Amino acid sequence: MKNNTLKIWIGIILTGTLAGFLSFAGCKGKPQSAGTDADAASKVYVSPGKHDEFYNIVSGGFSGQMTVYGIPSGRLFRIIPVFSVDPTSGYGYSEETKPMLNTSHGFVPWDDLHHPALSLTNGEHDGRWAFGNANNTPRIGRIDMKTFRTVDIIEIPNSSGNHSSPFITENSEYVVAGTRFSYPMDDAESNPDVSIKTYKQNFKGTVSFVKVDPQSGNMSLGFQLLLPGFNFDLARAGKKGSHDWVFFSCYNSEQANTLLEVNASQKDKDFIMAVNWKKCEELVAAGKAMKKKVKYAHNTYDEITHTAKSEMLTEVNVLDPKQFEGLVYFMPCPKSPHGCDVDPTGKFIIGSGKLAAIIPVFSFDKIQKAIAEKTYEGTFEGIPVLKYDAVLHGEVKKPGLGPLHTEFDGKGFAYTSFFVSSEIVKWNIEKLEVVDRVPTYYSIGHLCVPGGPTTKPHGKYVIAYNKITKDRYLPTGPELTQSAQLYSIEGDKMKLLLDFPTTGEPHYAEAIPASLIAPKSTKIFKLEENKHPYVTMGEGKAKVERKGNEVHVYMTSIRSHFTPDNIEGVKMGDVVYFHVTNLEQDWDVPHGFAIKGAANAELLIMPGETQTLKWVPDRVGVHPMYCTDFCSALHQEMQGYVRVSPANSNVPLSFSTGGSNQPEVKQ
Amino acid sequence: MKTTSTLMALALAGMLYACGDSGSTSGSTETNGAAAPEKTEEQKAEHDNKGIGSITSVTLNNPLDEGMVKAGKDIYDLKCSSCHKLDGTRVVGPGWEGVTSRRKPEWIMNFITNVDEMLNKDAEAMAMLEECLVRMPNQNLTEKDARDVLEFMYKNDIKK
Repeated sequence: MKNNTLKIWIGIILTGTLAGFLSFAGCKGKPQSAGTDADAASKVYVSPGKHDEFYNIVSGGFSGQMTVYGIPSGRLFRIIPVFSVDPTSGYGYSEETKPMLNTSHGFVPWDDLHHPALSLTNGEHDGRWAFGNANNTPRIGRIDMKTFRTVDIIEIPNSSGNHSSPFITENSEYVVAGTRFSYPMDDAESNPDVSIKTYKQNFKGTVSFVKVDPQSGNMSLGFQLLLPGFNFDLARAGKKGSHDWVFFSCYNSEQANTLLEVNASQKDKDFIMAVNWKKCEELVAAGKAMKKKVKYAHNTYDEITHTAKSEMLTEVNVLDPKQFEGLVYFMPCPKSPHGCDVDPTGKFIIGSGKLAAIIPVFSFDKIQKAIAEKTYEGTFEGIPVLKYDAVLHGEVKKPGLGPLHTEFDGKGFAYTSFFVSSEIVKWNIEKLEVVDRVPTYYSIGHLCVPGGPTTKPHGKYVIAYNKITKDRYLPTGPELTQSAQLYSIEGDKMKLLLDFPTTGEPHYAEAIPASLIAPKSTKIFKLEENKHPYVTMGEGKAKVERKGNEVHVYMTSIRSHFTPDNIEGVKMGDVVYFHVTNLEQDWDVPHGFAIKGAANAELLIMPGETQTLKWVPDRVGVHPMYCTDFCSALHQEMQGYVRVSPANSNVPLSFSTGGSNQPEVKQ
Repeated sequence: MKTTSTLMALALAGMLYACGDSGSTSGSTETNGAAAPEKTEEQKAEHDNKGIGSITSVTLNNPLDEGMVKAGKDIYDLKCSSCHKLDGTRVVGPGWEGVTSRRKPEWIMNFITNVDEMLNKDAEAMAMLEECLVRMPNQNLTEKDARDVLEFMYKNDIKK
């Protein structure tokens, strides 16, 4: 029986997908797969040496990273490691960056990053920070857009599967984090040992509001809301008139704990949850929140000491909305809502039921009216459920199959992605009328208009992030590239301009004018400001010190030699720390550092920076080390040796570059 | 040790093109006190090239400003000493001994503060690059930093 039901669902989805492919390849005239013409090419061509108009900050999905592309060219500039170790840069391998990946579970070297959120001032991009969520071991990371590096990671306690995150409020007051997996919680502890079958009695959901310091960007856990055991899916903060609110989509109001594909798709409607965060904040400030004992890590990276630190925190403010009126309301939303997007005016909230044949558009004014007049259809676990008709602006009829996400152009139009029918549909928000549709290749997930989630979208393009690539590129065996597609939305009709491959699995992405980021980009770290505890301030200060079985090498690199480059007196049983300071002060001259047999990775050290590689020699002998990043014509000469002697040897610790270690010349 | 260094320095006088293969820094050994190499053609070359950059004239101090000398030495220790020795020894770049008589002060400061343009356009700088093959890094010195370093160079040449 279960198998049959499953097959039926798979059948529906496959039929839908096929219908999507066929309808665009067959019924609607010539296929657009080759739809790029010379005009399209000229629109995406960025001449050699010229710059793109937008940065596209794209989630890396299960790579745990964020990626940076140029728009309109689709060129990849940078892969930013956030929740995953990166052997290329040494992130998560160097002693300085290891604390960034610390959690209450210990060192977690991987995660699944789904959504970037760019910082906002007055609802507009300000180019300061990018936030990203860790979907697996719940965390939020913050990237400094001056350095494109991860500088802050906070773990979310009382959470499991941080999917509806980090969606940001209008002035970057908060980033949010909702549990995708509800899990058991009782008054005494988070996640006690109970049977999974007791889901309905014991399982709870939470959404967390993480405060962002307006100056430093430093994150701290503001408060959590204790909620019914749903799956919280996506979220968006209000804008302008709806500034005080955040809206979360949720599915599995059935509260199923197995075969959710079927069992969480039973009801006609699930919910979009409206949270008045401003009221929550006031209650917390007034000391009304419960203090719950938890354990979560907060990790920060300091660009002056070039070092991260991790601290374990133990308390969180929790509000139970059953106990306070006016904090949380549920709005019925058809069929397992996924996207939950707020238009640039802040007046409309667009729900996207994954299995719905309509798009419901909710009106913020009507929501306020329904709350004021208590137009409820009931309550769910003590939380008021507003009447669907009372809060609905209207429905877009027959827009497509499988609506997921919606972005905006600031001209009154919405662009909704349809996974099952594999298309982007443009519609008029006020009139609820579809005005255009284009196919995507294939099965689009998220989509992105530059500035699309802000109060001031830049329009111009919509970018599709597709789930299936199939035949679009040269095959590379069973595993194919992920892909995105760029469409022009400048005219009445959307027009496909470009396919471009992406790394990881792109979920959500944002695009921001390059002018908001490029001029502020850090070029070097000033040596004079380097406060690393193991910095070597000039080659004359290079040295090697022994502390018990630890050997600390204070090393410098500059084109093209290390100092010291000959080290003797290391013994078996020693742990060697290479603290490498790059003395360069010129943009784009990093040096690498690698040593044979290192069990971690290399270092890539930016100009003026100090980074540390830990090395535990596993055998006696002479071991080579070298610079990995081609730095000059004599890069290949940038090398050295470490001699490792038996544990009981009497070889004294010595070090040098040149001079005394010249080969002996026979007279 | 001193003998070795002296021998090396003498050998270098006849080995001008050997950049970077026989420098001498060591955690335990000072290299100061090495005898100066013989005068070379390079050092004899007097010219009026002020280089390319924002520095068009430099007023020299007599006597030297010891505060500037100290500031210049600190910068040298941090950002220059990896490649330039204070005697005539060529390591990655040429030793600094005699540099104030080989080059105009304006040329030195322009080279420090405008290194990329100098290496691309100035004939003397380009000739140096052909010898050393490692572009001098832009070490991000301000004009004031460069002037302090220049003061230190004069001090270094007086000492010799």
